[in-house]
Amino acid sequence: MGGPHPRLGRRVGAAATLVLAASTLTACGSSGKPTLNWYINPDGQATLTSLAERCSTDDYDIEIQLLPTGATDQRTQLARRLAASDSSTDLMSLDPVFVPEFASAGWLLELPEDVASAVVDDDVLAGPAETVTWEDGVYAAPQWANTQVLWYRQSLADAAGISEDLEAGTATWEQVITAASENGATVGVQADRYEAYMVWINALVQGAGGEIVSNTEAGVDAEVEIDSEAGRAAAAVVQQLADSEAAQSDLSVSREGTSLGAMFAEGSPGEFMTNWTFVYKNYEPSETNTVVTEEQFGDLAWARYPRTVEGEASKPPVGGINIGVGAFTEHQDHALEAAQCVTDPEAQLALAVTDGLMPARASVYDEQELVDAYDPTLLELFRTSVEEGGPRPKSAFYNQISGAVQSQWHSPFDVDPESTPRESAEYLREVLRGEALL
Amino acid sequence: MTHTVTAPAPEAQRKKASDRAVAENKLGMKLVAPALVVMLLVTAFPMLQALWLSLSNYALTAPDDRSFVGLQNYVTALTDPLFWRTMAVTVGIMIVTVFFELIIGFVFALVMHRVIFARGIIRTSILIPYGIITVVSGFAWQFAFSGTNGFVNLWLPFVEGNFNWFGEQFPALFAICVSEIWKTTPFMSLLLLAGLAQVSEDMIEAAKVDGATWWQRLFRVILPNMRAAIMVAILFRALDAFRIFDNIFVMTAGAVGTESVSFLTYRQVIEQFQIGMGSALSVLLFLSVLVIAFLIVKLFRVDLAAARQEG
Repeated sequence: MGGPHPRLGRRVGAAATLVLAASTLTACGSSGKPTLNWYINPDGQATLTSLAERCSTDDYDIEIQLLPTGATDQRTQLARRLAASDSSTDLMSLDPVFVPEFASAGWLLELPEDVASAVVDDDVLAGPAETVTWEDGVYAAPQWANTQVLWYRQSLADAAGISEDLEAGTATWEQVITAASENGATVGVQADRYEAYMVWINALVQGAGGEIVSNTEAGVDAEVEIDSEAGRAAAAVVQQLADSEAAQSDLSVSREGTSLGAMFAEGSPGEFMTNWTFVYKNYEPSETNTVVTEEQFGDLAWARYPRTVEGEASKPPVGGINIGVGAFTEHQDHALEAAQCVTDPEAQLALAVTDGLMPARASVYDEQELVDAYDPTLLELFRTSVEEGGPRPKSAFYNQISGAVQSQWHSPFDVDPESTPRESAEYLREVLRGEALL
Repeated sequence: MTHTVTAPAPEAQRKKASDRAVAENKLGMKLVAPALVVMLLVTAFPMLQALWLSLSNYALTAPDDRSFVGLQNYVTALTDPLFWRTMAVTVGIMIVTVFFELIIGFVFALVMHRVIFARGIIRTSILIPYGIITVVSGFAWQFAFSGTNGFVNLWLPFVEGNFNWFGEQFPALFAICVSEIWKTTPFMSLLLLAGLAQVSEDMIEAAKVDGATWWQRLFRVILPNMRAAIMVAILFRALDAFRIFDNIFVMTAGAVGTESVSFLTYRQVIEQFQIGMGSALSVLLFLSVLVIAFLIVKLFRVDLAAARQEG
């Protein structure tokens, strides 16, 4: 650069400095009104976008950032930011099972007393309220609650003669699987090696009165209890389905979306399917939704999650989304205010009415707009399922627990009540002690 | 000790460098220094850090509980059946894919070399798969092999219409290998084409005049003369194939026993946040790659310089 044109070199240098300085100045200028980043999962995007607009104030704007579809991927992406103390992660939509892990890692801001008592008051259903607490602190605000019910076709249940048991909420998995295989129908579940398979296994074990692990506050020293009568009863259900005619051909890679098509498939009597609340809106005919006809939709029926064993009430899976505030945010007060706004009753109502994502607050279920949007029996079923449902293990090591269970119980075709619960218990203990790779 | 005394000191035989040469050497060093520093920063530092991290028990979710555990992570990994299962799967994928890529790639190379009409179009179309991102190729083949809406089951007469390729280990590995072979065969054929171009036409003509058949010319003249190119192609592809990740991540996410060593490492570091164990696995992966490279170079006596026509 020095050679023949020393002046030119200097000029270029000066120009570069100017450009740099200018861009730094612009960056400063735009930071007058802070922007809060809200990492959302893809459910109900449109509603959440308008919610972000409504909750933006004169003091700050809320901007939506989209996370991947799978719960595990969402966790990975958020955790990588937070592990690096990212100050731009202000608000995040969290699957309830990840709250303990994030809270114990110091990635979530513990909600101050006044905010905590506002977002978890008596109106919040017991299930969702339980998921936001960790070691006596409240670390997130429940936004919506999810649960699974048994979806089926009335004509199929009538033909199989199990309508009464279904309506009473006492039908067992055995009844459902037998009814499907005897009538040329299938049973839709989620049994790919991913989080929703863990949801199914957990519900089956709890439905038989057991737990996968207990004393989870002890962290890696939690009691592994899957090698039990309940664990074997759960494995028996998986085995019965995998061995029966009712198993769908893609059972071992089935996800929430893969069995939707089998319900009203041409030339088939349909299916029994355990799935989340969104299913209703997925089928409900409207101007924009022509998945099924009005007549077919009239045949859609629903019942409480099937029982694992006779005589013991089922424990429907509970899911949903909680809103957490990042521990490293530069706008704590704004973020706390925004977290309250995006979880208020109005927000919960909008998510329920337009997206089928059920409220975490009991009072919202009585709102006229929601009552009009759903069949009253379905709304009541959602509410009791959330209330009486069973949570997944609440542990700072949940991800290891879930991963270990999935790895031993997948593929569903290899599940055996004699060996799978015992082997998965041994493996889970080793993984928690750090003695086995996962 | 007498032989050491009798051996001439190397310095004594070397011609004394001129001042000019010394100065040029010094300048050369100075010019190379910045690049060397950057290289050390971006490659040596992370490698040494991984080595250091692999000696500790360190999870991102509990950074305060970090502790030095010596070689414990290596012991855990090397005595774990899962590690050896993934190693077997990885080596299996490597051998199968490289074998088929070599054969198909050689046929493609011959076509590209000999084709006389529409040369550009044919060469380009053979190379298209290599231009496609591996993740995209993985998704495309996953849909193709899907039991519910894929077309592979319809084409193959010996499988049922709703056969689930991703339900068991071997069918799933087959689908993964097909995607891998489809995607990287063009690379193999490019390397082989370069070797093919080196074979002198005179020799082939001479063999023809001597009455050698096509097969004789191929096995006695063409292949021996492009040995170095073939070995380099095998070396490159074997090392690549050993680190297979994308196709497995997209197509099965490691289910039904399809994890490779890279995928296992990814799960420890990225999903489990077990930085210590993950680093130990990365070091083992790195060592495995070195061993494979060493074995191929030594066993087949590959002369890398000859392949680049420097020898």
